Amino acid sequence: MTTPPRRDTASLSRPESVEKTIAALDRLPVGGVILTKVDALLNWSRAASLWPLGFGLACCAIEMMAAFAGRFDLDRMGVMPRATPRQADLMIVAGRCTLKMAPITRRLWEQMPEPKYVISMGSCATCGGPFYHDNYSILKGIDEIIPVDVYIPGCPPRPEALIEGILRLQEKIKSGPFLRRAAAQGA
Amino acid sequence: MALRTEELMLNMGPQHPSMHGVLRLLVTLDGENIVDVRPYIGYLHSSVEKMMEHRTYLQNVALADRGLDYLAALANEEAYLLAVERLGGIEVPPRARWIRTIMLELQRLSSHLVWLGTWANDLGATTVFLYCFRERERLLDLFEQVTGGRLHYVYFRPGGVSRDLPGGWTDRVLAFCDEFPDHLQEYSDLLTGNPIFLARAQGVGVLQRDAAINMGACGPVARASGVAFDVRKAIPYEAYAEVEFDVPTQEAGDCFARYLVRMEEMRQSVRIVRQAIDRLPAGDVRAKVPVAVKLPQGEIYARTESPRGDLGVHIVSEGADRPYRVKVRAPSFANLYALCEVMRGWKVADVIAILGTADIVLSDVDR
Repeated sequence: MTTPPRRDTASLSRPESVEKTIAALDRLPVGGVILTKVDALLNWSRAASLWPLGFGLACCAIEMMAAFAGRFDLDRMGVMPRATPRQADLMIVAGRCTLKMAPITRRLWEQMPEPKYVISMGSCATCGGPFYHDNYSILKGIDEIIPVDVYIPGCPPRPEALIEGILRLQEKIKSGPFLRRAAAQGA
Repeated sequence: MALRTEELMLNMGPQHPSMHGVLRLLVTLDGENIVDVRPYIGYLHSSVEKMMEHRTYLQNVALADRGLDYLAALANEEAYLLAVERLGGIEVPPRARWIRTIMLELQRLSSHLVWLGTWANDLGATTVFLYCFRERERLLDLFEQVTGGRLHYVYFRPGGVSRDLPGGWTDRVLAFCDEFPDHLQEYSDLLTGNPIFLARAQGVGVLQRDAAINMGACGPVARASGVAFDVRKAIPYEAYAEVEFDVPTQEAGDCFARYLVRMEEMRQSVRIVRQAIDRLPAGDVRAKVPVAVKLPQGEIYARTESPRGDLGVHIVSEGADRPYRVKVRAPSFANLYALCEVMRGWKVADVIAILGTADIVLSDVDR
């Protein structure tokens, strides 16, 4: 993951006085924030307050609940579950998704406003799981119906693993060079 | 003249914050009053019974963990292995039987804590959720020290358990048992005297004793309606015949009675764990059983008391190293239908309160 250059000085020719001001601001602790691009500012605020959809499918949802509870406390990362997809910008697909549930999961994802992100939590959501690869009712990976940003392995992943996944997603959001993501990215 | 209102069909779920999984309830409403509730299930059908036919008896232990009630993985392993061991005539060493009893009761505690936390959260008492998960994390640490897993353990094996308890573990369990009744009192203080909680729970969703029996309700749901039946007492397995404990019952049959029964069950579980640790014998933890264990031709049905109720496993064997057919009698399934019948006539807000006391796990309902 590389972060985009904060300022592109080569393409702009500024008066010397402005350059001096910028150099002075850069030395201040908050100077970098003032001169950052709008993109980076928005990305920074998005990454710092991810609101996932409170949506559990199976066993992994219990570990997700444990991650929201006292010991792991996802509130520290600004992650706070919402009850409706209209208020959420992150979907944590926790658990195995059946073929019967797949259209509903897809619809929930469509109901979320842009920009939205998806974490696939656990092996079942990622690839049909270590156990359900040969059965008739489980979807072999949630990425067959919705685009996934971060995959978390494990059966089930520990809450620490979920936190790591969210930190990775925050890195990804911060490095994204966009104001608005393309709506249906590859799906 | 009475105001004529039109009936409204309301879909609750499959995605609903208080649905405890992917359950869809089709509620018919007259104003705020419930006319009819129909559960639509199958959103988590993972075809575990079919998959078990293609895996060996040992491999199926891991499937029993995940495919059934995932809040009480050890209780599923127990029900499945009890059937395997009885059909195969496998003798479990005494130490393993007592270790299993300890683990099963700790599992009951952790499962009931999730139930209490989520149900109280549904009724608006978020604090209880955080408190319950605080104690549950300590239990999960204890499980992790023995089995290596937090949620899925794969600890029980045909003929015993996979490894012995680590040194000092029983002392840590006893320390937990010393503190836990105080924490139970803490939850009780938060809920039992709370007028908002009482208004939501007391007298709501009364399941009559006859109806409970007729609809096959089991476990704490049936015991809250006055059915004094517990498989641990009636058909004892493992070391339950040798420990003393009470089977709590209530007569009222409402949500509050179901809450009281489960709270008392947690106290009894602590009591069983203490006795079991006191009397834990030395010796082997696993009988000599081949990895590809073959069972003789025949059928067996084993029933156990899982945290949700009467969990039974029926195995048909053709003499191979894998079962011909496995059927699971799921307690959540029976309790879900019993309580959906009860919901008629109550307000729409009571759906969540009543459903919460069923303590269903959708993986157990759908399998």
